[in-house]
Amino acid sequence: MPTDVVMPQMGESIAEGTVTRWIKQVGDRVERDEPLFEISTDKVDAEIPSPSAGTLVEVLAKEGDTVAVNSVVARISAEGEASAPAPAAPAPAAEEKPPAVEEPPQKEPEPAREEPPKQEPPRKEPETEPEPRPTPPPAKPAEEAAPSDDSLEGRRRSKSSPLVRKIAEENDVDISQIEGSGVSGRVTKQDILDYLEKPRAAAQAPAQPAQRAPQQAPARPSGTPQEQRPVFAAGEKVHVEPMSVMRRKIADHMVMSRRTSAHVSTVFEVDFTNVDRLRKQHKAAYQEKGVNLTFLPFIVNAVVNGLRDWPILNASIDGDNVVYKQDINVGIAVALDWGLIVPVVKQADEKNILGLSRTINDLGERARTKKLNPDDVQGGTFTITNPGIYGGLFGLPIINQPQVAILGVGGIKKRPMVIETEAGDSIAIRSMAYLSLTFDHRLVDGAVADQFMAKVRSVIEDADFAL
Amino acid sequence: MTISATDQEVTYLEAIRQAMWEEMERDPAVFLIGEDVGQYGGAFRTSAGLIDHFGAGRVIDTPIAEAAIVGAAAGAAMAGMRPIAEMQFIDFISCAFDMLTNLAATQRYRTGIGVPMVVRGPSGGGVHGGPFHSLNPEAFFMNTPGLKIVAPSTAYDAKGLLKAAIRDDDPVIYIEHKYLYRRIKEHLPEKDYIVPIGKAAVRREGKDLTIITWGAMVYTALEAAEQLALDGASVEVIDLRSLLPYDEEAILSSVAKTNRAIVLHEATLTGGVGGEFAAVIADKAFDYLDAPVRRVASIDSPVPYSPPLESFFLPNKDKVLAAARDLLAY
Repeated sequence: MPTDVVMPQMGESIAEGTVTRWIKQVGDRVERDEPLFEISTDKVDAEIPSPSAGTLVEVLAKEGDTVAVNSVVARISAEGEASAPAPAAPAPAAEEKPPAVEEPPQKEPEPAREEPPKQEPPRKEPETEPEPRPTPPPAKPAEEAAPSDDSLEGRRRSKSSPLVRKIAEENDVDISQIEGSGVSGRVTKQDILDYLEKPRAAAQAPAQPAQRAPQQAPARPSGTPQEQRPVFAAGEKVHVEPMSVMRRKIADHMVMSRRTSAHVSTVFEVDFTNVDRLRKQHKAAYQEKGVNLTFLPFIVNAVVNGLRDWPILNASIDGDNVVYKQDINVGIAVALDWGLIVPVVKQADEKNILGLSRTINDLGERARTKKLNPDDVQGGTFTITNPGIYGGLFGLPIINQPQVAILGVGGIKKRPMVIETEAGDSIAIRSMAYLSLTFDHRLVDGAVADQFMAKVRSVIEDADFAL
Repeated sequence: MTISATDQEVTYLEAIRQAMWEEMERDPAVFLIGEDVGQYGGAFRTSAGLIDHFGAGRVIDTPIAEAAIVGAAAGAAMAGMRPIAEMQFIDFISCAFDMLTNLAATQRYRTGIGVPMVVRGPSGGGVHGGPFHSLNPEAFFMNTPGLKIVAPSTAYDAKGLLKAAIRDDDPVIYIEHKYLYRRIKEHLPEKDYIVPIGKAAVRREGKDLTIITWGAMVYTALEAAEQLALDGASVEVIDLRSLLPYDEEAILSSVAKTNRAIVLHEATLTGGVGGEFAAVIADKAFDYLDAPVRRVASIDSPVPYSPPLESFFLPNKDKVLAAARDLLAY
């Protein structure tokens, strides 16, 4: 059915308008919002845009005619319509020949739309309202059971892969209802799994209008029962952002780690005063070598000493076997703007403080500039993380699988501490930190973990390091 | 020269030597026969020191006559011995084709008398050896019931599979890879162990794509898997280790998990045994496939002698990556 073009109301008090010029003539193609005719009213002269795309098939108000507001001044037919002049128009109908517009200059005929391409009268109603978008949609089998499109693309689209068909059958889902992201628009396994998890009620995309052709009309019932409570309700204001690959991997790893290990934590208080003194003494000399000396190499060295005494904390579990790793490769967790990564100091037991500093500086730098190699983030046997970096007292980290322990370093703060000597007790200001060890109780018992930590503490407090 | 101490890492080649040595110690019926295996200690030194310890009666140098080597070994095996017949390069096994396929493979079926023989030799390219010194021969024998075929990729497997092959009562073709001889090493257990024939090993676990492979290509697959991990794809690598019989269950359960499969082998593509695994997957894991099964293999050509041509000919990490990315985006 053609679209009526009406005399618009240009102001509350305006009751009529005069057509001053037809920009398009009968038989012309016009796009939606394209200027169609000019009018003149008491208040304003204006160019009036076309309300829809199609062909101007009938003009009812000639140039110079004054007509009431809202009266029909012209008619536009949508593409593909066989059109005939509407009978009984309010004004004498324009005498233009009817459908010379049989074959309007359409771009492509819509494939699945009309059965026999062109016949005289078939007054089909493809749409009762104007075409929302002028671009022809891709062959969408959405509405009808796709008449078998036997091309490769069609078969990929409708039959997808054996796995997807199996999932679809098991869940009573029609593959053609799903937006495919694979080759030729194929529905992939991920597509159908995502579809099955998506809440039906919020099928109308919250917030954004669909950029692509909508995959299902809101009212369409779909066969799949809900398996998962939706994270947000229809209408709730949300901003949806897909997770980055790194974030997804971190998410998976964290829950997997918690499921795998029997996480237990123990917290030790360690006096860093002597290390601090050493650090201040040597910082300048190290800077001249281009190395920034922090607390971390001392901690790594202490950990290495602990692991030498208690090698079970440097092991992994393989079924019923304990795999003792012969190398001590210490991972250092680095926080990045976009996530978290753990580069590994290989053979940390073979490096002195200078070597450890250099390696740690280098790994941190390359982590932040995204220049790490796969080798740099693999092969770790123990991990150190720094929950104190923003001032926290201590943290209880999650184990980095398949390791069995992880050390969290809390913030180093000056505190008044009781010092016991033969001459009596006194109070001194010391730089103290809490070191927390989370360990896997499947393999490591509390006594072992505590003895390891005691060793780490004594190495740090004695501060007998070779710089 | 004795067996090296086990606190050091053992190369793939040394693992083979240790296996032969230990089996010859354990069982007086085991002996080695081949070209240059005795006085010279083997073209690659695989049997260095054996003749001094076990004597010329058990480490036998032969003329250049592979049909005779395998034929004599088969005869000895039928008489109750357990020979290891070495092909100096596995390429020369073609001379022994008749003895292996018509005679040894069918002997038990025809007469009830088994042939507990191992035919072993270095295979594979990447060393600028050209067409006569770079073959991967498994496809020539896969179609012969009565034979077994194994192809280890690690030092641990090299030793364990050779022992299993020697102890097996049927003829086993043991395909070692010359490229791995001195490049691969690891600590080996002190005590005696075997690796069972017919069981695959999962070298890397994953959930998005399975690569089924063996021999030197295991390392190519692992390199590609590491690279793909940076893209966020998790790749499973299955080292078949045995080609006949092969671990069908390992292949199918992996593909059921990942839904995508690549078969990677160094032998040339057409008629390569990759087709066998692809067919089994398409048949028995059809409902689990979310992408076609793809093979990555050497180009259908004799092995080039020219180094850049050989690099072009062989499968490499980039070819595996291209195939993998294709399947992951399918």
